[in-house]
Amino acid sequence: MTTTLKPETADQVREAVQWAGGNETPLEVVGSGSKRAFGRPTDLAYTLELRALTGISLYEPEELVLSAAAGTPLAEIERALAGANQQLDFEPPDFRRLLGIDDGGGRGGTLGGAIACNFSGPRRIKAGAARDHFLGFKAISGRGEDFKSGGRVVKNVTGYDLSKLMAGSWGTLGVMTEVTVKVLPAAEKTRTVLVMGADLTAAVEAMTVALRSPYDVSGAAHLPAGLTGTSEVSYVREAGGAVTAVRIEGPGPSVEYRCEVLRRELGRFGQTEELHGMNSSLFWAEVRDLIPFAGAGDRRIVWRISIPPQSAPAVVDRLAGRAGADTLLDWGGGLVWLAVEAADDAAFDEVRAVVAETGGHATLIRAAEEIRAAVPVFQPQADAVAALSRRIKAGLDPLGVLNPGRMYAGV
Amino acid sequence: MKMPEPDREVIERRAAIATALREIVPGEGVIDDLDERRAYEADGLTAYQTIPMLVVLPETTEQISRILRYCHEEGIKVVPRGAGTSLSGGALPLEDGVLLGLAKLNRVLDIDYDNRCAVVQPGVTNLAVTQAVSGEGFYYAPDPSSQIACTIGGNIAENSGGVHCLKYGLTTNNVLGLEVVLIDGEVFRIGGKHLDAEGYDLLGLLTGSEGLLAVVTEVTVRILRAPETARAVLIGFPTSEDAGACVSAVIGAGIIPGGMEMMDRPAIKAAEEFVEAGYPLDAGALLIVELDGPETEVDDLIARVEGIARKHNALTTRISENEEERERFWAGRKAAFPAIGRISPDYYCMDGTIPRHQLPKVLARMNELSEDYGLRVANVFHAGDGNLHPLILYDANEPGELEKAEKFGADILRLCVEVGGVLTGEHGVGVEKRDLMGAMFSEEDLNQQQRLKCAFDPASLLNPGKVFPTLHRCAELGRVHIHGGKTRFPDIPRF
Ligand SMILES: Cc1cc2nc3c(=O)[nH]c(=O)nc-3n(C[C@H](O)[C@H](O)[C@H](O)COP(=O)(O)OP(=O)(O)OC[C@H]3O[C@@H](n4cnc5c(N)ncnc54)[C@H](O)[C@@H]3O)c2cc1C
Repeated sequence: MTTTLKPETADQVREAVQWAGGNETPLEVVGSGSKRAFGRPTDLAYTLELRALTGISLYEPEELVLSAAAGTPLAEIERALAGANQQLDFEPPDFRRLLGIDDGGGRGGTLGGAIACNFSGPRRIKAGAARDHFLGFKAISGRGEDFKSGGRVVKNVTGYDLSKLMAGSWGTLGVMTEVTVKVLPAAEKTRTVLVMGADLTAAVEAMTVALRSPYDVSGAAHLPAGLTGTSEVSYVREAGGAVTAVRIEGPGPSVEYRCEVLRRELGRFGQTEELHGMNSSLFWAEVRDLIPFAGAGDRRIVWRISIPPQSAPAVVDRLAGRAGADTLLDWGGGLVWLAVEAADDAAFDEVRAVVAETGGHATLIRAAEEIRAAVPVFQPQADAVAALSRRIKAGLDPLGVLNPGRMYAGV
Repeated sequence: MKMPEPDREVIERRAAIATALREIVPGEGVIDDLDERRAYEADGLTAYQTIPMLVVLPETTEQISRILRYCHEEGIKVVPRGAGTSLSGGALPLEDGVLLGLAKLNRVLDIDYDNRCAVVQPGVTNLAVTQAVSGEGFYYAPDPSSQIACTIGGNIAENSGGVHCLKYGLTTNNVLGLEVVLIDGEVFRIGGKHLDAEGYDLLGLLTGSEGLLAVVTEVTVRILRAPETARAVLIGFPTSEDAGACVSAVIGAGIIPGGMEMMDRPAIKAAEEFVEAGYPLDAGALLIVELDGPETEVDDLIARVEGIARKHNALTTRISENEEERERFWAGRKAAFPAIGRISPDYYCMDGTIPRHQLPKVLARMNELSEDYGLRVANVFHAGDGNLHPLILYDANEPGELEKAEKFGADILRLCVEVGGVLTGEHGVGVEKRDLMGAMFSEEDLNQQQRLKCAFDPASLLNPGKVFPTLHRCAELGRVHIHGGKTRFPDIPRF
């Protein structure tokens, strides 16, 4: 039986961590649990869940800054931002459908969780990752002590940038209680140029042309023929072949102009179409949340592979031959989503080896618990880096009470 | 400013250390001569000077690894240095330390337009990166005013910014990969040509670590395609308050300009006399707003910015007609520091950041302090992101003036923290702001940071004496204190 502690204040979080340290009882740290089915399983008797630690404490649209308790639902954050025509520019994805966690639709996850996992959506190529929008935090370390770093301003080099370290640390270094993020104006207009029927190599080339242009592309994805059928956007669903998509956002006249030029330049890769407004937003939300791999019966293993964009054709070529394999490209080819049969356990070594050659990394996003316990979920690190990670963990959480083993065994 | 007590025993071994280093870096790579060493005695914070025990100028990562391993084994301190333009004393040498100059590693190794990145050695200057890629219409976005001289390695160490970082980010937002060497000589890579290095974000942690954690030996940066057009607007306002309100209104209207800089009356005057940029001399404050993108977008946004400026009492607006004029508008701002240098025997450049709406309060208080200390101050300001550069004018030949200027500066920085801002926006803590860290951080906050230092450099040999006001031993920092109530279950809602 797992006991779940739901602190409502930072003081209670501190108490819980101190108790855990005093009794050498590790805690599973979660926001609302929207990404629980990802990462190495922890199997601990106590869970520290932060969803009761909520509330926006500061939001100044003209200063582009927002602070909130770490457990504040992303839904609440995004509602507040939309009221001032702003947004989290890194497009935090919602993987609940992909991971088969259904807690009632809408927008899942907490702000603290989005940052602790450092997942970013298609706009990553232009706007940066979650970590690039993360300005400061208050947290309780594994030692049960309060610490903070950063602040509420963007320009800040006072001391080490611990915000970067906390982003993507999966709750293994500290329990964040309050986070401050940079927010940005939402684009006035969004449109998407679709190129129909390009094969993978041509698609990467087309996306490269767009990304090398001065037209400030904010999304570049490729869905091969088999993956377009689930889209709610009819242009995509009824494409009857592969779809390569390039997103343009900004002030109205500028978007119209850039779309027109890009359509002309991309015409040589296939017939082009254009998605406007809602259709464009819907399509990118599907890419962001990986809806093509989130079908009800889909139990395939899903990998998230970050590589130099130009390596995509070769990497896909070597991996796509596996039984039941599908690939979807985002970030102009720099992010390859790969699905393979659940029983294909020979894929692990091969995926890791192929990806390692490019210098990139592969993360196991969806897999049965036994697999995630047996296979490294994150790309294994070079010895020197792994040793350094262990020393960092030992410094901030010497008793190993915060999410031990969530990322790597022994960290 | 108290630096760590020099280790006499190490200084006595100077000749032997020089010999050992010469085995690693032959020929002229080891500088022993006093006069030649003197060239390295200070960085851009010239008030502090120390002649380094020895200077070594390696040319390869392998040499750097061997130098560090040797120094580590022998317990010798090492201070990395790029171009020495730091304004916080980050590259201030130590009497008992080896100064590790990285300027000879100055090659651009790879330009990869299709993957939109460039791989360079740490001694390549910031501007040289842009120059290397501008032929294809690309550029490297962070552009510190010192970009002709400062190195990418130094930019990484300081997480440097520039006038375009409002829209395009600081160094940390534009770096994809690093090769670094730890103090024990271990070499490793993080990141590369792909996005989001996995595991703990060491890339983010190393950027802005002021040379205390590792020596950077190779850098992969993101390069961007230059926009089709960029135009700058000069807007004169009666007061800084009006200019500040205009900045807020522009951002509130959903416009993020490529750059948005502000100067106050003394700075306008000094810059105009120096470079004749065409600044309005009757204005109490000047904004330079740059809009970039396609022609249609730039036209549209300039019209909107002009409209907003008018509502905020703008006295004059001038829009750059061509590239040459745009560059002239910027020339005044980029030369603001040397321009001030012409009207005062010395100046002391500060670097706090504040929440923008606090500007009127901070400027008013700064004027009071200026009266109290009897020292003039000029302000240039990265207005879009609240990063202030007050320049305190003083004369080092007047007894006590330097101390007065430093005190004035410290008061300004404490004021920045008080109103919700920070001690340094882009110049770093170094030695300069080291003893002010307590104004922003608690003991425990600083201990956490030092625990990271311990993870990289437990003997504290790399750039010691910088950033942290008090150094604790790693053994002491590592100790675990079990808190009371060992078994009492916390009184927290549970399920
Ligand atoms: C006139 C003037 C204008 C300036 N304008 C700006 C500005 O607009 N924006 C801004 O952000 N800064 C500005 N600066 C400050 C300065 O130029 C930057 O901090 C710059 O990044 C320092 O680079 P550098 O190569 O000179 O480094 P140095 O001064 O040599 O060293 C700075 C720090 O970096 C460390 N270091 C250097 N190289 C390495 C390496 N390879 N590995 C590890 N550590 C290393 C050093 O130990 C030191 O702590 C300005 C300075 C001057 C003099």
